[in-house]
Parts: sequence; structure tokens; C-alpha cells
Amino acid sequence: MTSLFFIVQRSLRQHLLSTVITVIAAGLASGLVMSVFNVSAQSRSAFTGGDIGYDGVLGAKGSPLQHVLNTVYHMESSPGNIPYAMYREMKETRGVKYAIPYAVGDNLYGYRIVGTTREIFDVFEYQAGKHFEFAEGGAFDEMSRSAVFGATVASKLGLRVGDTFSPYHGFNFNPSQLHEEVYTISGVLKPTNTPSDQVIWIPLEGIYRMEGHLLPDGTDGKDIGAVQIPEELKEVSAVMVKFHSPGVGMLLAPEINRGDEATFAWPISDVMLSFLGKLAWITDILRYVAYLVVVVAGFGLLASVYNTMNERRREFAVLRALGAAKRTVFSAIVLEAATIAFLGSLLGYALYAAVMVVSAAIIKHETGVVLETLTFHPALLWTPVGMVLVGAIAGVFPALKAYSTDVARTLA
Amino acid sequence: MALLELNGVRKGYPSPEGEAQTVLDVPSFSLEAGAELAIAGTSGCGKTTLLNIVAGLLSPDEGEVRFDGDVVSDFGEARRDAWRAKELGYVFQTFHLLGGYTALENVLLGMMFGPGADRGRAQALLERLGLGHRLSHRPSQLSIGQQQRVSLARALANQPRLVLADEPTGNLDPRFALEALEMLRSLCKDTGAALLCVSHDPRVLDAFEERVDFADVNVAMQREEERA
Repeated sequence: MTSLFFIVQRSLRQHLLSTVITVIAAGLASGLVMSVFNVSAQSRSAFTGGDIGYDGVLGAKGSPLQHVLNTVYHMESSPGNIPYAMYREMKETRGVKYAIPYAVGDNLYGYRIVGTTREIFDVFEYQAGKHFEFAEGGAFDEMSRSAVFGATVASKLGLRVGDTFSPYHGFNFNPSQLHEEVYTISGVLKPTNTPSDQVIWIPLEGIYRMEGHLLPDGTDGKDIGAVQIPEELKEVSAVMVKFHSPGVGMLLAPEINRGDEATFAWPISDVMLSFLGKLAWITDILRYVAYLVVVVAGFGLLASVYNTMNERRREFAVLRALGAAKRTVFSAIVLEAATIAFLGSLLGYALYAAVMVVSAAIIKHETGVVLETLTFHPALLWTPVGMVLVGAIAGVFPALKAYSTDVARTLA
Repeated sequence: MALLELNGVRKGYPSPEGEAQTVLDVPSFSLEAGAELAIAGTSGCGKTTLLNIVAGLLSPDEGEVRFDGDVVSDFGEARRDAWRAKELGYVFQTFHLLGGYTALENVLLGMMFGPGADRGRAQALLERLGLGHRLSHRPSQLSIGQQQRVSLARALANQPRLVLADEPTGNLDPRFALEALEMLRSLCKDTGAALLCVSHDPRVLDAFEERVDFADVNVAMQREEERA
């Protein structure tokens, strides 16, 4: 065995350039496979909302997916509003643990401003069993122009408790759409590693009383002044609902969805699963590309080892003349190819880590969803093992050539 | 009992016309343990074929090769490999050192398939041959004479009982040829190894007390000469 490692190590050293190039190719293949599997698995897990703390989203008649993207991931626009009374009705429905209104329409430098109630800080679970916690300050006062910042917004904009700002109208930042109302930051939340970190929470009343936000009767909310707006004039974009038991959702969802006024996106995980299912072909293609890269790397390895065979024919003959068994020569070639693949797999881990860090940063920036780069996935185990197997198989053909070397003729 | 015996050994190759052509026909040949013998013969007369058959690198078409009483020509491949690694040293005309290995590693390689690598012994051998300062040099960094000395060390590294030398000085400058030959003979003598050397160089042949003409060993040559 010692002689095998001795021969393999010397050969890798002697053919250093081709070894390095082949190791890089194997590393790229290995890293790509691990990344594709883990990024897709984690994205699927993160976006199917397995651990989202509430069960459904009630909104205007439209796409359930749009409601989920709007309220859970704070992406997309709201398909319309529903009457405030519908929110009240949901809140008072038996079996509903909590129902929290969600009103949108403004932003601060592109970060979404959401109007809601203080319940968002008291009872809302952004993930199962997890409530928002304050890093500094506290919840907004529902009767004043105050706001709570998500951790990412506060950090990116460099704003703290006591600082003031004026919102911009719309979902996208447009400097000409500045509202004249000035809000004061009452609190900054601790990071949650969810899309909520990119949100600014203000009192629901604040959305109504923003300049230019027209109420259903055509009056500008701003003109109502400090007086509470009558409930019949209020609307909300959506309502986030948590039930005491899933059975309540099973009864409510069909009933609401049969009507013309509202859509109840429930359960959230099914809505996202259905959406991701429609995009599964992209992941499938990426996987096939990754497999193809592995095959190409395998052939590259074969070519690399095979190309050295002619110059090494004499080496094998000398080894045989020195007493090396045929199986020793055969094993040395297979071990050499497997070693290159193994070294490639080690490099693959580094590439995988780099891809995960970059992917996680992009996904977090785009959606606020955080991927755990250190999360274990079986691909982290079977990819290197598979790569070494591919390497060993690639080594068999050149090894057979070495095995059949005619010693006497080669040394003549 | 002789260390090496060949009885009725024949080896042939197909001629360019496709006819079977016997190049080696050795009715009887022997070499005692610790003895040294030079075989004289011109190039292409089958000397290397004889050595390759003795080394087990070629199988005879007929006859048997005995080593210390064992019929090595009947050994299976694995057993023959193990026997060669333990009992045999082979010095090639073109040395056949491995370019990716240092001088020391080339010698270690000669030990690995036998009793095992012994770095101290390999180093001592090279130092004895005046290469103590060239241990980590690759063959391409050594002179031809130094390469030959590395190949001698490799052949003797396992303390074999039989050393085969195929034109051991054929690639050397005449000034160094006899010096290298003396080193080989001296190493064999010190380790008790028998030395079977084939050469066409009269200076090499003259250095041996015991020497035979290859035509006296190989009757196929005699027949060929009679035919001519």
C-alpha cells in the first residue's frame, strides 16, 4: 500500500500542471452539483414557508400567490383592497387566533412601508413561535406619526430611534413622490433573518392619513386630520391570519374563495409549493447541467491520465521489472485518478461555500430570505463520494492499458 | 546445487514472413551462487531475451528456469513478481531510471516491492557510490555516469541473490565504463550476489575471469551460423 501512495504521489508531482487543471475541473463540477442541490433545497424550504408563523392571507379577489408574495415576502404589489369590515369580521371569527391588517402603498428609498396595528409586535409570529423583538426603542403609537424599522432598513439607511423621515408614494422609490408627512422612528427591531427585516412598520391610520391617499368616498385621508377615520371608509390591502387549528382554515377558505369579493390564500406553504412546482423545470435543468459538468470532468480526468500513458509506459515497465505486480500498476492508475477527483472534491467544498455565500447574499438582497450556508444537505456527502467514484472509473481505462504493458518489449 | 539453471529453454518469434523463428535454444546453463560470469555476444543475438527469460519478464516456449531448485518459469505471475522483487537485481543498458523520482527515490523504488523501503540503506548505497551529494537530484540533473551508479544502487538495494546486467557500460564513456563495472562487481561481491553480465564490449569481458561465448550457450546461434 505504501508503494501505491508513493507512486501516485510522485506521479501527481511529476505531472503537476495537468494535475492542477484536472483538480480544478473536478472541483468546479463537484462544487456546482453541491451548490445546485443545496441552494434549490434551501430556497424551496425558505419559500414554501414551512416555518412561517401564520396560516393564511386574506386579500382582494385575485391571485393567492400575489397575496403571499405581497405579505410574506413583501414583494409584488397588492391586487387591490378589501373593506376594513372584512378584517374585523375575520378577527372576530371563532377559531381565529389573530388577524392583523396589512396596508401598503408607500416606501422609503425603495424599502416598503406597511401600515398595521400594534398587534404585529404583540401577538404576531413571523416564524412559528417567534415574535419581533426590539433592538432599541419600542412599538409605534397608533395615534401619532411614528414608525418601527426592520433591522436591515435601519442599518442600510443609518437611521436610529428619534430620527425622522418622510415616506415616498408608491412601491418604488421616486424622488418626486415625497409625502410631506414627517414620521419619527420609535423603535428598531432585532434581525429576524426574514423579509420583515426590510420593512418599515407604521400605524394603519398613518397610511390613511397620508397626503394623496384617497378614501373610498373620494376624500383625501390627510384632510381627516387627527380624527379617527370612520371604519366604513377604511380599507386594507390584506389580513394575516393565524388559526387555533388548521380545521378552521379548511372551513373558511372554500367559503371565502367561492365569493366575488375576496381571496383567502391558505395554506401559505401550498400556495408557494404550487408556484415553485411550476418552476421546478428550472431546477431540473440546472441539475442536468451539473450532472453534465460532472461527466465532462470525468472525461477530462480520463483524458488527462490517458494522455500521460504513452510517456509512462516505460515507467510501468520499469516498475514491473522491479517486481511490481500487475495489479499494483493497475491500482496505482485508478488510485491516481481517484486522488485527483478527491482533491477536486475538497476544492469543490471551497467553491460550494463561495457559491452559497454569494447566492445567500443575492437572495437576501432580493427577497430578504436568508439561506443558511452551513446547513447540511446529503449532496455534501454523496457528491464527493460520487466524484471519487467517477474518478476511479475514469482511471480504469488507462489502468487497463498500463496493466497490459509488454515489459520486455518496452524496455528493449 | 546451482543458484540458476536453465534446461532446454527455447524461445521463438514469428519472422517477418510469418514463420516461427527460434532465437534462443539453451539446452543447459547454470550459474553458482555468488559466482560471476560474462556472456559475450554481438548485438541482436538474443542475449537480452535470455536475461528477460531468467528475470521472468518473458516466458520460455519450452524448458524450465530453476532458481535455487524452484522452477520459476512455472510460477504464476504474482509469485514470479514477488520472486523478482526479492531475489533479482537488473541493470539495464539505458539505466531506465524514472524521471519523476529523485536519485534516492529511484533506489527506494527498487526496495518497495521486495522487503520494503529502507531509506538508510538506500542512502548508504548512494553514498558508497559517491552520490551522497546528489540524493535529491532527478536523473535529468545527473551525468550519465551518475545515472549509471544510481541504477547500480537500485539493482543492489534489495540485496538480491542474482544480478543481471545487460550491457551495463554500453552507454558510458570508456573512461567511466570500467570504473562502473568495478563498482558493480564489488557490490555483488560484498552482498554475495551472483552476477550474470552480457556484453559485446571486449574491455568488459576481459574484466571477468569466467566468460563464455553466447554461441556456446545458445545452440540456435550455432545452427544459424552453420546455415550461413
